[in-house]
Amino acid sequence: MDIVNTSGEHPPPSRQPAVTRPGDRVFLGLSRGSGILLLVIMAAIAVFLTVRAIHAISLDHSNFFTTFEWNASLTPPSFGIAVLAYGTVVSSLIAMIIAVPVSVGIALFITHYAPRRLASPLAYLVDLLAAVPSIVYGLWGGLYLVPHLQGLNLWLNEYLSWTGIFHKSDPSSAARSLFTVGILLAIMIVPIITNVSREVFRQVPRAHEEAALALGATRWEVVRMSVLPFARSGIISASMLGLGRALGETMAVATVLSASPVLSLRLLDPVGGTFAQNIAAKFAEADNFGRDALIASGLVLFVITLLVNGAARLIIARRKEYSGANA
Amino acid sequence: MKLTRKTGLRSLAVGAIAVSSALVLTACGSDNNSGSSSPSGGSSNAAASIKCGSKANLLASGSTAQKNAMDVWVKNYMQACSGTQINYKPTGSGAGVTEFLQGSTAFAGSDSALKADEVTKSKAVCKGGQGIDLPMVGGPIAVGYNLPGVDNLVLDAPTLAKIFNSQIVKWDDPAIKKLNPNAKLPSTSIQAFHRSDESGTTDNFTKYLKGAAASDWPYSGGKAWQAKNGQSAPQSSGVAAQVKQTAGAIGYFELSYATASNIPTVKIDTGASAPVAATSDAASKMIADAKVVGTGNDLALKLNYATKADGAYPITLVTYEIACDKGNKPDTLDATKAFLNYIASDDGQKGLSSQGYAPLPAEIATKVRSEISSLS
Repeated sequence: MDIVNTSGEHPPPSRQPAVTRPGDRVFLGLSRGSGILLLVIMAAIAVFLTVRAIHAISLDHSNFFTTFEWNASLTPPSFGIAVLAYGTVVSSLIAMIIAVPVSVGIALFITHYAPRRLASPLAYLVDLLAAVPSIVYGLWGGLYLVPHLQGLNLWLNEYLSWTGIFHKSDPSSAARSLFTVGILLAIMIVPIITNVSREVFRQVPRAHEEAALALGATRWEVVRMSVLPFARSGIISASMLGLGRALGETMAVATVLSASPVLSLRLLDPVGGTFAQNIAAKFAEADNFGRDALIASGLVLFVITLLVNGAARLIIARRKEYSGANA
Repeated sequence: MKLTRKTGLRSLAVGAIAVSSALVLTACGSDNNSGSSSPSGGSSNAAASIKCGSKANLLASGSTAQKNAMDVWVKNYMQACSGTQINYKPTGSGAGVTEFLQGSTAFAGSDSALKADEVTKSKAVCKGGQGIDLPMVGGPIAVGYNLPGVDNLVLDAPTLAKIFNSQIVKWDDPAIKKLNPNAKLPSTSIQAFHRSDESGTTDNFTKYLKGAAASDWPYSGGKAWQAKNGQSAPQSSGVAAQVKQTAGAIGYFELSYATASNIPTVKIDTGASAPVAATSDAASKMIADAKVVGTGNDLALKLNYATKADGAYPITLVTYEIACDKGNKPDTLDATKAFLNYIASDDGQKGLSSQGYAPLPAEIATKVRSEISSLS
């Protein structure tokens, strides 16, 4: 009896001190230790990045935030993150624009539309996609996706080049652009967003849906009125997980993107770069100082990721009233 | 019951097919690899003449450009001298030099000679001495192109510089036409590919452009590509793959990549009696033309990029082994000397050309060998 009372989420107020057994103490120690370990690791990463980064940035001969080129091995060294920050954000943004609606669609289909016999193999397939290593995506992207996107590129260039962003400076150049990278990243993050969204959709209280049905709602109206509002913060969490992978993706981007220090609004031009891609490309041949410089760029990526996650937390906190799942 | 068993069997069969086809694929892959980069038949003869040092574990790391040569040398040496383990990690020149300066490797392979501050740092590792550069592996950097219907493309240094700096953007540019009066040059745009990662290949290629066409190549040079335009790909294999699959492409990589993928290479008009093709012999001739600029025991070379010597291919890179002249670690010194002696010997250098490298010319090889025997 006692155990049931004390282990409940909201124990009733009682004067009697709670019974603790050795197992409780061990478990408390373990879970507190894990929590502290996480904080220590985060702090260690932040301190390491900051110390090495400050050293490099202080010796940078040009403005770290506005310079396009990355020439850390020159004397005097001159490097900056403008192109990298732009490329990272833009490619991830393209990925999110494509991946979030598709993933939510897949997750809704699996949980609310598909017949059970189809739903579980489909869910299994999506899980499988999440397990493919990024270098495999990179190879597939470079060898298959790039040549096959050329047609789409030309089409966009012909009909949408008035928008500016879909104007391709040299139509005969290969589709090794931020646009292609965005599409590849989208494919890579779809399984993550789908999986998490699916779990959230599963947790929508049956009573909400049945209530909507009882009021005469169609299936689409049920999804719109009871499923989506309940799952909104969960979808945002899922998207943030996906965005995290997109921001930090390395090998797939390094294989597909034709990197160069040019900041172009034209998404189809084979130019640009991302933080992770630049680190992968420059790390092997970098000397000590060059590595510090790359670490400085890593710190910026770290900060961008923190900011994005913080923003997501804020949004979720605001919508807390709907969510029982991810509060 | 029957039904489930059937589906189980079927999925098993599907799995089996998938696995076996994967096996077949990997088998093909490894066949190709051994076909393109197999050592010459002379390796077994070479093993007979190796003078073994005392048993030791040699750690070394550095230049990826040396990797294929090192693989053969290490295999031959370890076959001849049982008990000695040599582990050369192709981590890149920068990482190799860093590890050597930390004292964790016996020697480093590097695409470029030690810089002044690196020499200073090396004095901490080499007690009583310093790190020195021993030229060991040379090779031509080929300029590969993809122009269906055009063979024997000839270019010179200013034209190459203008192409890679996007000053010349069409294949039928008058400058290219002038060098290739008989070729049917298309009016398509030139897709110039460079390395997206930092590399000694880029360093040496741009040194050539700077050295032979300074007025058309306004950049200071270095391991990172500096020109604004053009497209990029990681590693020599990436550039070679892009050139292979993109019509109108041009790019630079070690000769072995051009040979492996059947990519035609540009002949360079150096002002010699005939344009020079990228071959091992032509690169050896270029190295023979070089001057030793290292001071003391250091044998760092300076290539004369503006050479007009007949048959000398000017876009050549020389890579070094870096070791201490004095103060090598006592437990690995003997094995290091024996191994370096072998790779600098005629037997060691002989097998190189079959892999797209250039053997050291006799005069420089002699200097390198006498330097190795005096390491302590």
